[in-house]
Amino acid sequence: MTATVPAELIGRLSELQGRMQTVSRAEIAEVVSTLLAEMEGDLSEDNLKLYAELESLSRYILAAKSEIAALRPDEITAQHLPKATDELDAIVGATEEATNSILAAMETLETLAGELPPEQGDKVTEAVTQVYEACNFQDITGQRITKVVRTLKHIEEKVEALVAAFGDEIAKYKATHPEAAEEPEQKPAKPTDADLLNGPQLPDDASKQAEIDALLASFD
Amino acid sequence: MAVDLNMNVLIVDDYKTMLRIIRNLLKQLGFNNVDEATDGSAALQKLRDKEYGLVISDWNMEPMTGIQLLREVRADAKLKNMPFIMITAESKTENVIAAKEAGVNNYIVKPFNAATLKTKLVTVLGNF
Repeated sequence: MTATVPAELIGRLSELQGRMQTVSRAEIAEVVSTLLAEMEGDLSEDNLKLYAELESLSRYILAAKSEIAALRPDEITAQHLPKATDELDAIVGATEEATNSILAAMETLETLAGELPPEQGDKVTEAVTQVYEACNFQDITGQRITKVVRTLKHIEEKVEALVAAFGDEIAKYKATHPEAAEEPEQKPAKPTDADLLNGPQLPDDASKQAEIDALLASFD
Repeated sequence: MAVDLNMNVLIVDDYKTMLRIIRNLLKQLGFNNVDEATDGSAALQKLRDKEYGLVISDWNMEPMTGIQLLREVRADAKLKNMPFIMITAESKTENVIAAKEAGVNNYIVKPFNAATLKTKLVTVLGNF
């Protein structure tokens, strides 16, 4: 489409631009009408349909961007995914520690089995062997969890890319929704029963027994 | 020829608990000289430094995997005939085929039991 703007129209636009503060609505309407009239013939029905489709697509993209920003993908990468990964790592660590304790106890039993009469000693050794076999679980669960952690990291990378692409939208959303911008949300002074259901804490977050004892003692 | 239970056995796994389990099961079977490594490259170094009669290795380790270790062993003129058993959770057919093509002597899928370990040891080393 190649539209040539007539010199007269350019002159009118320049004049209006020069006195932007005083130009009336009627004058603007007149210029726009002239402009549209000049464009006649350049805009086919197909073009108008295409423009309408593009406009609709543009609105759809804007709405999608807005909805994605409202989901706060920055929180997913900053808080939720790292927390989930830490929890899973803690499972691996805790099961490894427990398995080592079980194995140590079994090794002691196995040594003692050698001091028992052969028939009883064999029975103890057989039971100990079954425990060794059962302790395979730590390797298997550890490997499965490692796979899940790898998947979470992959998701994290994808979400990070999303955050980078929608950074402006997210900033706009935060600016217009300040109540959702900051987490954790304000909790009431007295936690509810639901607030108290946190499950086991990660090692760094967990209170030591001595700290709990000290807290209990502070009530006396 | 009888199996020499005093032979040095190298077990390779990145999970310390698994090393401990295999070591204890081998001890029950009479193998007392058991060394450990936590990946293929550490294992390869040990194999070059000391004489071993058997390698029992996991597959999934970093930086050098069990299959890479196996290929290195088979490519080494001094180590190429080393009996090599893979103990791994990798149970896909393609894994077993790849290990066989690389020259593994036997393959145990985790979780495994003591009886399976003994059967495979007898298959690879002979009766003991």
